[in-house]
Amino acid sequence: MIEGILVEGLIYGIMVLGVFITFRVLDFPDLTVDGSFPLGAALMVQGILLGMNSWLALLLAFIGGVIAGVITALIHNHLKVPNLLAGILTMTMLYSINIRILGNRANVPVLEQDTILSDISSRLSGILPDEYIMLVFFLVMALIIKLLLDLFFRTDLGMAIGAMGNNEQMIISQGINPKTLKTIGLGLSNGLVAVSGAFAAQYLGFADVGLGQGIIITGLASVMIGEFLVMKSNRIGVLTLCALAGSILFQAVMYLGRYYGYIIQMTPNDLNLIKGLLIIILLVLTQSRKLNIAAFKAMVQK
Amino acid sequence: MIALKNVSVIFNQGTVNENQALTNINLNVREGDFITIIGSNGAGKSTLFNLIAGTITPTLGSIHVKGRNVTHEPEFKRAQYIGRIFQNPLLGTASNMSLEDNMMITYRKGFKWLKRSLNTKMREYFRSELLQLKMGLEHRMKENLLMFSGGQRQALTLLMMVLSKPALIMLDEHTAALDPKNAEIVLELTDKFIKEHKLTSMMITHNMSHAIEYGNRLLMMDRGEIIFDAAGDAKKELTVEKLIEKFHELRHHGFENDRALLAE
Repeated sequence: MIEGILVEGLIYGIMVLGVFITFRVLDFPDLTVDGSFPLGAALMVQGILLGMNSWLALLLAFIGGVIAGVITALIHNHLKVPNLLAGILTMTMLYSINIRILGNRANVPVLEQDTILSDISSRLSGILPDEYIMLVFFLVMALIIKLLLDLFFRTDLGMAIGAMGNNEQMIISQGINPKTLKTIGLGLSNGLVAVSGAFAAQYLGFADVGLGQGIIITGLASVMIGEFLVMKSNRIGVLTLCALAGSILFQAVMYLGRYYGYIIQMTPNDLNLIKGLLIIILLVLTQSRKLNIAAFKAMVQK
Repeated sequence: MIALKNVSVIFNQGTVNENQALTNINLNVREGDFITIIGSNGAGKSTLFNLIAGTITPTLGSIHVKGRNVTHEPEFKRAQYIGRIFQNPLLGTASNMSLEDNMMITYRKGFKWLKRSLNTKMREYFRSELLQLKMGLEHRMKENLLMFSGGQRQALTLLMMVLSKPALIMLDEHTAALDPKNAEIVLELTDKFIKEHKLTSMMITHNMSHAIEYGNRLLMMDRGEIIFDAAGDAKKELTVEKLIEKFHELRHHGFENDRALLAE
């Protein structure tokens, strides 16, 4: 049970890192995610079925996600469409495109073919206990991606993207086109989400157009749980680690809901309600914590 | 160096809300000028700045920088050689980033690449530059700017802008949102930097005595026009009383009202 939660938490964690980039670093609420997650899954599965090298298929999924993000950015930048609507437009269009990629089917399995995961399992079996192979693999993958992101956001370009989320005027004043930075940020974010979708498809053994439903809520809830874990930090390494931890905790809550929810007459159909309520509770808690800190400061000043 | 030729700005042209913000402005900013600009609310001071910075494009006329027509160049491109500080101290810096990161971002203008420039050498350089502000900021390089006061942030914005060596700096009432003590400090720093680096500058102020004390040229604006332009010796002889008198002489409307606005 605990390995299952950790593995799912880490797979979705890659997506949560993507959502963290748009919502927190760029301050761009991007809903493309609901489409780019199954896009990654679809490209991965079709790539494998066409006999591609599975790592090449993963790269294809990443590139597909990047393109989806860039399209949202272009719609927003050049047609002056509000950011939420731009994301919804791309997401809606991706639904049809995903079905096309899957060959006019809504669900395509990859149970017999070699995937990255089956390859890793066969290589590592004997070296590691079978039940921990996936856990170790995804821990390494998630950490590599996290560290690469940390490095990226400490380069001049990454810092400029961070500053734009804070203060767009500052970036304009530096002679940088904020549209370019938004395009890069959205591309990177959706690329990661697609990679997450590609891993999810291999882990589940199929790609489904419905995989992306509510992904944005999962991502957002995970980011918020992660933020709740620590006090405010300006270190990107801490923030990305929190995003991953938040993802694992969120999956743990969902697991409890799925397997023990029947005690309070809950069915799997109630999970979306639980996700929404979880976000609302987190918002309330964060608000009241802020008020408490403010009240404490006022006391100290007296 | 910067020339505005017959520039007019009309907002909402052809609608009931039509508003002539600037009327036929001709202005030539010379290299090394430090121009102070005064005028009552709605005189067009900020519109003039927005025009030069490229936030808005003129309805009529053209803008030239060093002989090059930049009328339709977007704001971010013009920002490569124009530095601008706003009244709101939060607009110059990123709140959720550390002081050293902020300085690194503003150190060089233009697009940034995948390079990590913030190293020990840069940190030392930033620290030595921060000493000029005499605010003790050199010990707080890792702190988020959220923790800094408006005066500190405005002083920092000023320093970072000077370090990027722009051809023209524009100060849009940059001390108006600060308390009197901090406003004085920031204004003195501004004057010091402008003199030290021989910067071409334009400063909007609501304070007539500041407009007279600083700079080598003074512009008075009213209802979208530059009504008075004094440079060199003519400016040195100005006093607050003379300016108000001048205003009355040139415009025969709403004097009492404008006197309050101009003199504060």
